[in-house]
Amino acid sequence: MSVLEVRNLTKNFGGLHAVSDFNLTMEEGELVGLIGPNGAGKTTVFNLITQMIPPTSGSVIFQGGDLARLKPFQVCRSGIARTFQNIRLFKDVTVLDNVRTSFGTRPGYGLLGAALHLKGYSRAEAELTAKSRDILEVLGLLDKQYELAGSLPYGQQRRLEIARALGTGPKLLLLDEPAAGMNPSEVGGLVQLVLSIKARFGLTVLLIEHQMGLVMNLCERIVVMDFGEVIAGGTPVEIQGNPKVLEAYLGRAVA
Amino acid sequence: MKRTNLTAGLPLVLLLALVFFVAREVLGSLEIINYYWQLILDQSLIITTAAIGLSIIYGFAGQFSLGHAAFFGLGAYTAGLISKLWGHGNYGVFLLSLVAGAALAGAVAFLIGLPILRLRSDYLGIATMGFGIIVKVLMDNSNKWITATGGATGMTGVPQIAKFPVIFSVFLLAVLLARNLRLSSFGRAWTAVREDEVAADAMGVDPTRVKTLAFVLGCALAGVAGALYAHRYPIVHPSSFDFLKSFDFLIIVVLGGLGSMSGTIVTGVGWVFLLEVLRAVLGQSFLDFRGVIYALTLVLVVILRPKGLLSGMEWQALIPRRVPEGNPPAKGETPNVSA
Amino acid sequence: MIEAINQVLNGLQLGLVYALIALGYTMVYGIIRLINFAHGDVFMVGAFIAFISTVNWHLPFYIAVPLSMLICAALGVIIERLAYRPLRYAARIAALISAIGVSLLIEYGGSLKFVFGPNYRVVPQPFSVVQWDLSGISVSNIQVIVLVTVVILLAGLQYLVARTKTGKAMRAVSFDHDAARLMGINVDAIISYTFALGSALAAAGGVLYSVAYPQINPFMGIMPGLKAFTAAVLGGIGSIPGAMLGALIMGQVDVLSAAYISSQLRDAIAFTILILVLLVKPSGLLGKTGPEKV
Repeated sequence: MSVLEVRNLTKNFGGLHAVSDFNLTMEEGELVGLIGPNGAGKTTVFNLITQMIPPTSGSVIFQGGDLARLKPFQVCRSGIARTFQNIRLFKDVTVLDNVRTSFGTRPGYGLLGAALHLKGYSRAEAELTAKSRDILEVLGLLDKQYELAGSLPYGQQRRLEIARALGTGPKLLLLDEPAAGMNPSEVGGLVQLVLSIKARFGLTVLLIEHQMGLVMNLCERIVVMDFGEVIAGGTPVEIQGNPKVLEAYLGRAVA
Repeated sequence: MKRTNLTAGLPLVLLLALVFFVAREVLGSLEIINYYWQLILDQSLIITTAAIGLSIIYGFAGQFSLGHAAFFGLGAYTAGLISKLWGHGNYGVFLLSLVAGAALAGAVAFLIGLPILRLRSDYLGIATMGFGIIVKVLMDNSNKWITATGGATGMTGVPQIAKFPVIFSVFLLAVLLARNLRLSSFGRAWTAVREDEVAADAMGVDPTRVKTLAFVLGCALAGVAGALYAHRYPIVHPSSFDFLKSFDFLIIVVLGGLGSMSGTIVTGVGWVFLLEVLRAVLGQSFLDFRGVIYALTLVLVVILRPKGLLSGMEWQALIPRRVPEGNPPAKGETPNVSA
Repeated sequence: MIEAINQVLNGLQLGLVYALIALGYTMVYGIIRLINFAHGDVFMVGAFIAFISTVNWHLPFYIAVPLSMLICAALGVIIERLAYRPLRYAARIAALISAIGVSLLIEYGGSLKFVFGPNYRVVPQPFSVVQWDLSGISVSNIQVIVLVTVVILLAGLQYLVARTKTGKAMRAVSFDHDAARLMGINVDAIISYTFALGSALAAAGGVLYSVAYPQINPFMGIMPGLKAFTAAVLGGIGSIPGAMLGALIMGQVDVLSAAYISSQLRDAIAFTILILVLLVKPSGLLGKTGPEKV
């Protein structure tokens, strides 16, 4: 069974075809890159998969279940986590609590347990705190755990976005331009990081990226979008030689 | 790294509460705290209890409410009526009426909150303010349905049996409840929704549930505070619960520093005392200036400290930022993330 | 039926006054996203200045009105300068609290004996009231004056906002402060201008209100202010036609519910309608709905 099956996904905003007839199948453990020029509709695909905006038509099947009519938090709980292109951390909250928030949406204690700090509360809190710290350690943020998320430098905020997404315990991770705003050495670290968390947490990863180098190094398969449509798909080598892709990136003749 | 125990602060908080309580008892029996200042102290604790409720709703969960006084009033009328009609000074009925006041305010908050909590920021504020005005109008006219409420002339005859020990206990319970929830996944979900509702939703936080919970709990605290108020002040009057009174709660929570519970407590108690100290200092001939000074203080404080007095700060004994190390999994063990 | 028409005319008169106040709320909200709670009190000051200048200074009414508008325009500018501008880059709640403070300051300050005094004052009619009877429908010259004045002021405002360079700048600032600044617009001046305009309209509203309902006191601005603000939200806050539409609706709701349902419950009815409209269309009747940006 495929992890993710997106069938004929279409989204129109008024007369604008943001995404037209998008199809994608992802097998367990795959790492797929989604690329394309600005405004091609990549982030809209993420928003559609996570049900943050309703599709005009088409369906998203995750591990055999249709995600239509689920709310975003339910999509997340079913095992899809995402990061945001325009970093959306909980800024006035500590780094640790950013991760503990996503970890603890179903903490294993109820309102009464929380109100009275009963035994179940203490046990569950200790456990989720320890696990959150482990994730922070993997992402290299443990020594920043008590700093406010908003005070971190840009690159670290991007990594915290990933940490927070991992806290939800995903099967499928959607990364929206994780390298945006990073310097070249940070980008190099990111390749290793994505590969290591993918292996460590058994993830399937769909990644939007602008930086070609990163995508070519990282992804086994690439899907290229332009003007809301998929214009090419294949291995990095195939994509590099595809004239349509070159045209999309380098410009086209005026029709 | 300095190790801090999660519960280390709590004994200190409780000890301080005990010291405060005993000191008050001693000073009260020596009549150093006279009847008048005791009234003010009780009032400050009651107001602060309700303000902690708004601190949960707005400070923690970020839901802008301009109708908090309505829930305070609902608690006052509910409990006051129960005590007046059936209690006749019976302490058991009084305690029951406190629960009823909280429950009714919470239930109404649930019913109104479900639809209106979908609204965002200013619009939510406007809707809650509208709700507050509706409640005030209904209180003004309530004697048409229940004579005992007195309608626009106010309700008298509620047995005045709420004394300092019970007022202080309820206040302390409210503080501890808010603190404990703040330090749980419920509290983290509240702040997440406050910081970024869309991101919280994407991280598996159910925004509707989380917001409704904060609203119901916060309003229930206003309700129990109102219930105490009815048993401490001989007249329960609709004008004590109009939208201007809602502003008072808002001012306390914002000037304390949004999200800071310590700030809410300090400002809540301080604000009530400030008003009374002004009354004492200004004397009868300058009483007219009280409102002007109150308003000027408000504008000046907010301009000098736009984020509030204790924004981003908490008394660490009450709400620690650091979390104890606990027993991390053994080295090399992969955390079971999908659990 | 005749009775109903008369009530609708009364509602129209009240709605027109609300419109003058609502415009100030909506323009200020449009430009700095602030619920200017002190606006209802500027309305009150407008009524008092007209009262003082006709009764104490014996100025003719046609001078008292522009004088009141001028003084209130200045008051609006001063309020913005002192209480809101220092908070422009703070969290929006800070400016709101400051607005509440200014509102209380004007109310309590106005209540001081050497300012307006705390008591109700009866406003003498500036001209003799004439009632015309058109086969049962009664129209007074006050209603006509209110209607004519409001229409003239609204036409003037429409011209200022739609046709002048300053109006264009106002719209630019309400769209995006920074972009407007980059285009060479003096944002501070435009904001001051908006406050002056809104406050002058509120003052005119205050004068008309005190002519139509001739009793004034320092707290008289609270309820009309709230109603006018509600009207602005009802119509879609930030939208000038929306504020007018909302105000006319609010005037009818007020008068008709007092006449046919219950005068005690009329505020409750007005705000119930507000909540219902917000639930169905959160941005108001003529407001623009933008999807939450993800």
